[in-house]
Amino acid sequence: MIITINGQPRDVPAGTSVAQLVKSVTDQDRGIAVAVNGEVMPRREWPGIALGDRDQVEVVTAVQGG
Amino acid sequence: MTWDLGGRTLTSRLITGTGGATSLDVMRRVLAATGSQVTTVAMRRVGHYALGGGSLLEVIQQAGAEILPNTAGCHTAAEALLTARLAREALETDWVKLEVVADDKTLLPDPVELLDAARKLVADGFTVLPYTTDDPVLARHLEQAGCAAVMPLGSPIGSGLGIRNPHNIAMIIEQASVPVILDAGIGTASDAALAMELGCAGVLIASAITRAAEPETMARAMKLAVEAGHAAREAGRIERRWHAALASSPVEGLVSP
Repeated sequence: MIITINGQPRDVPAGTSVAQLVKSVTDQDRGIAVAVNGEVMPRREWPGIALGDRDQVEVVTAVQGG
Repeated sequence: MTWDLGGRTLTSRLITGTGGATSLDVMRRVLAATGSQVTTVAMRRVGHYALGGGSLLEVIQQAGAEILPNTAGCHTAAEALLTARLAREALETDWVKLEVVADDKTLLPDPVELLDAARKLVADGFTVLPYTTDDPVLARHLEQAGCAAVMPLGSPIGSGLGIRNPHNIAMIIEQASVPVILDAGIGTASDAALAMELGCAGVLIASAITRAAEPETMARAMKLAVEAGHAAREAGRIERRWHAALASSPVEGLVSP
């Protein structure tokens, strides 16, 4: 299935969880948050949330600013 | 003397922004030199910024500073809401420096979207610290919306033009019952001192420190300026006498030739 991760399309296996996707884009284990289709996904629920075709995923972290 | 911001008691009145520092080491030295207890970060997609990530958070934590995530780059209330919620999840804080700008050229706050976002974030349980224009009426609306402070600009972000309308800042302070923090526009120490002399509870400084030729030295200058300005405000300055001088030496007992 095709999802969009941080604005880029990506082909991932059906049933990929949020936790698996996060692991594939960053090795950071703290200071990370994820939104799927505009909704923030609590960290503890990442392993149990399966992504669906055409989901829009944002994975963000804190950077210098302001 | 301490002050309260969003339920926390602080001693330092200088809030710093981490934006603009050329390395984490500069950031570390700036935080130490300012004694800042609150410092801002932005939220961005992972992998976009070399100075981001876990080590940035470590530097802030080691400095003993509270993390204040911002919504910089947001142009609508909807964007600000999502960014704030992501920050809350990532950083485990309900504090947010709310920025909703009208365009990327002026970076001026969009008053309509800002107020809308403030109301929604307060309803969602956030401690909202809004970056706003120096309009006293908008500041009043933001306070009535439940914001924990109002943070008017002295002049546009990164402009270093100082406080262009001190009268407006004074009016905002005069009517506010939440802390007023001068946010944006400070260029050098005298600007920070003026903000405090006007009665601001604190100032927020990023570029003026991080982009100075010697950030650590400027950090120290800003710390002293904030302390001096606050002390001067507390001391009660003398009246301005526009039309006549007032001698400080005795006017009697003068010798005559």
